Amino acid sequence: MKESLNRVKIIVVKEFRHLFRDVRMLAVLTFFPVFLLLMFGYAVNFDVDKVPIGVYDNDKSELSRDLRSALTASGYFYESVQINSDEEIFAVINSNKAKCVIVLHENFSKDYYRGGEASLQYIINGTDGNSAGIIQNYLTSFTAGYSNRLRSEMLEANGLTEYIPVDFRPIFWYNPELKSTKFLIPGLMAMILIMICVITVALSIVREKERGTIEQLDVSPVLSYELLIGKTIPYILLSFLSGIFILLAGFVLFSVEVKGSYTLLFISTILFISASTSLGIFVSVISDTQQVAFSIATFASMLPAVLLSGFIFPLESTPAAVQVLSFITPAKYYIITLRAIILRGAGISAFWEQLLLLIAYTSLFLILADLVTKRKAMKQ
Amino acid sequence: MPDNINAIEVLNLTKRFGNFVSVDDISFSVVRGSIFGFLGANGAGKSTTIKMLTGLLNPTSGDAVVAGYSIKKNPEKVKSSIGYMSQKFSLYNDLTVKENITFFGRVYGLDEKSLQRRMLDAVKIAHLEGNEDRLTGSLPGGIKQRLALATAVLHNPGIVFLDEPTSGVDPIARRGFWDLIHELSDKGITIFVTTHYLEEAEYCHNIILLDAGKIIAQGSPKSLKADYLKFPILSIETDNLISAMQVLGADLNVKDISVFGNAVHLITSMKENNESYFSELLQSNSVLVRHIKSVEPTLEDVFIYLLEHKN
Ligand SMILES: Nc1ncnc2c1ncn2[C@@H]1O[C@H](COP(=O)(O)OP(=O)(O)O)[C@@H](O)[C@H]1O
Ligand SMILES: [Mg+2]
Repeated sequence: MKESLNRVKIIVVKEFRHLFRDVRMLAVLTFFPVFLLLMFGYAVNFDVDKVPIGVYDNDKSELSRDLRSALTASGYFYESVQINSDEEIFAVINSNKAKCVIVLHENFSKDYYRGGEASLQYIINGTDGNSAGIIQNYLTSFTAGYSNRLRSEMLEANGLTEYIPVDFRPIFWYNPELKSTKFLIPGLMAMILIMICVITVALSIVREKERGTIEQLDVSPVLSYELLIGKTIPYILLSFLSGIFILLAGFVLFSVEVKGSYTLLFISTILFISASTSLGIFVSVISDTQQVAFSIATFASMLPAVLLSGFIFPLESTPAAVQVLSFITPAKYYIITLRAIILRGAGISAFWEQLLLLIAYTSLFLILADLVTKRKAMKQ
Repeated sequence: MPDNINAIEVLNLTKRFGNFVSVDDISFSVVRGSIFGFLGANGAGKSTTIKMLTGLLNPTSGDAVVAGYSIKKNPEKVKSSIGYMSQKFSLYNDLTVKENITFFGRVYGLDEKSLQRRMLDAVKIAHLEGNEDRLTGSLPGGIKQRLALATAVLHNPGIVFLDEPTSGVDPIARRGFWDLIHELSDKGITIFVTTHYLEEAEYCHNIILLDAGKIIAQGSPKSLKADYLKFPILSIETDNLISAMQVLGADLNVKDISVFGNAVHLITSMKENNESYFSELLQSNSVLVRHIKSVEPTLEDVFIYLLEHKN
């Protein structure tokens, strides 16, 4: 037992040596998470924020100016261009100088003061349907809100109080600003951890197979499980560091705070890393060269983690077949758990099934790896 | 280890991959402390045999006793009593000389004191004094192989298995490597070494020639020469190898001819005056003879003769 532990330690030290000497690998491991964080945090932003709006104001009255300043005061829109003719609208939309245009006709304030219905027009570029929908929603509720404000001001001026039969005020829980970044951080964490685990573990084991050094270890007193444990520990630690780094970055850059328990976060992360590591071990068993291992590991870890985990595309809105497929990635279970812990601060009762699934996943792939190894040995 | 004159005893060892027979029912023994050469072309079955003898591969049938343990019943015991240098380079290229030695020394459970002592030995064997912190990958091929051998014997095994240790190494370094093998043998270590360089057979105490998984000759270099080559050998240099082969091949006094570099080696049943006879024969067929002389048979002559007449 003591000797066994000692051999594991010797292998861990050696593995760290490989890691620190492999500058390229270290660079990838450090910058890849940073790159993903920045890309998903800023570049691939699903939020509608700072939308350029073109203004075609034919009224140029106090009221139209008030409406415009209320619109830009929200921070979601800014006036990017002033328009003076109908033809210009097309030019502005086509050249992408504005994503939408507000048209106030010349009788806008006159209609309003006359007690009639003042109408205005929004023109939205629908090329990006996702943002167009969000812009439309926002403009609709902005206009309704503005109109309500005008009405109560008018009623008050006439000494009347307001009566609203049904007051509609949507409140979003857990992610009140509807920031997609907040929603993405757990997914991002799962994706980075699973990639680091599966790819580095598979590569580090297959490298010994490919170079032939594994034969040297095979004739030595090192047992195969000691080798596996020793070789995976450094990458498990590395994944942990990465996880802490992502949480810190999420807090600093996107002010995502962990609402729930750090102990639960720690336990579920350990379970997820174990599941990913066992997938990495399985990949190393079925591949003979680093190139094959890299391809399979990338494919097996990243693709399902992105597409099938609910990371970007909510699982509820995918076809039933995809929902069934989603069971093949441990990322799914981890993301559900992380969202519960980080965003909602939920206790273990909210996600214990997911933790059991992670344990089942780990066991399944370790057993599979063992079976394949035994079958290969039989064939020889 | 039981008291036995043989370090290795192999009985009817066979290895099949599917329908393909890689090692075909071979039996032999290796005397303790000797240098045993396992020769054969690529694909003859040398590595497969070595992997079975080191406990890395299960035999299909047959068995072997290595260092007193059956490779079938006790492969783990076998592994811990031997040293092994695989055909692929077996050290880590991205670790330094010192780190490699330390790693393997610790894995074999050497304590710090003996590790330091064995480290000095190993560095000396590999001619790497003062270069302990160099990356192993940056060393020249010959030095790498010396270091790999030194590392394989860190734990003082009684037997070492070396799988083509001189392949891809330049001739001078190869010579030096064989000197090193002899030094280890002088210390009492049994050495089982494979090679596809037939001329290296001369450096071994005993040899086996393997072809397509079967043993086609075995014995000491001296006995092999005596047993298989009872006839004189002539080395002939001419300006036209092809015509010379044709002319000689048709002559009844010729038992065998083969090309050796830029000369023809000829085995003849004629014991007397053979040089002048063949010289005249070639001249009369208008093949110019530059040089003709009797040569001592080498093991290469024996092996080529055997490989050509194995049926
Ligand atoms: N794992 C294997 N599966 C199938 N065939 C194999 C395997 N290992 C070796 N062989 C075959 O067995 C023969 C002997 O191989 P090997 O022992 O490596 O030869 P050598 O070391 O003498 O060059 C070769 O024809 C090789 O293709
Ligand atoms: Mg070989």
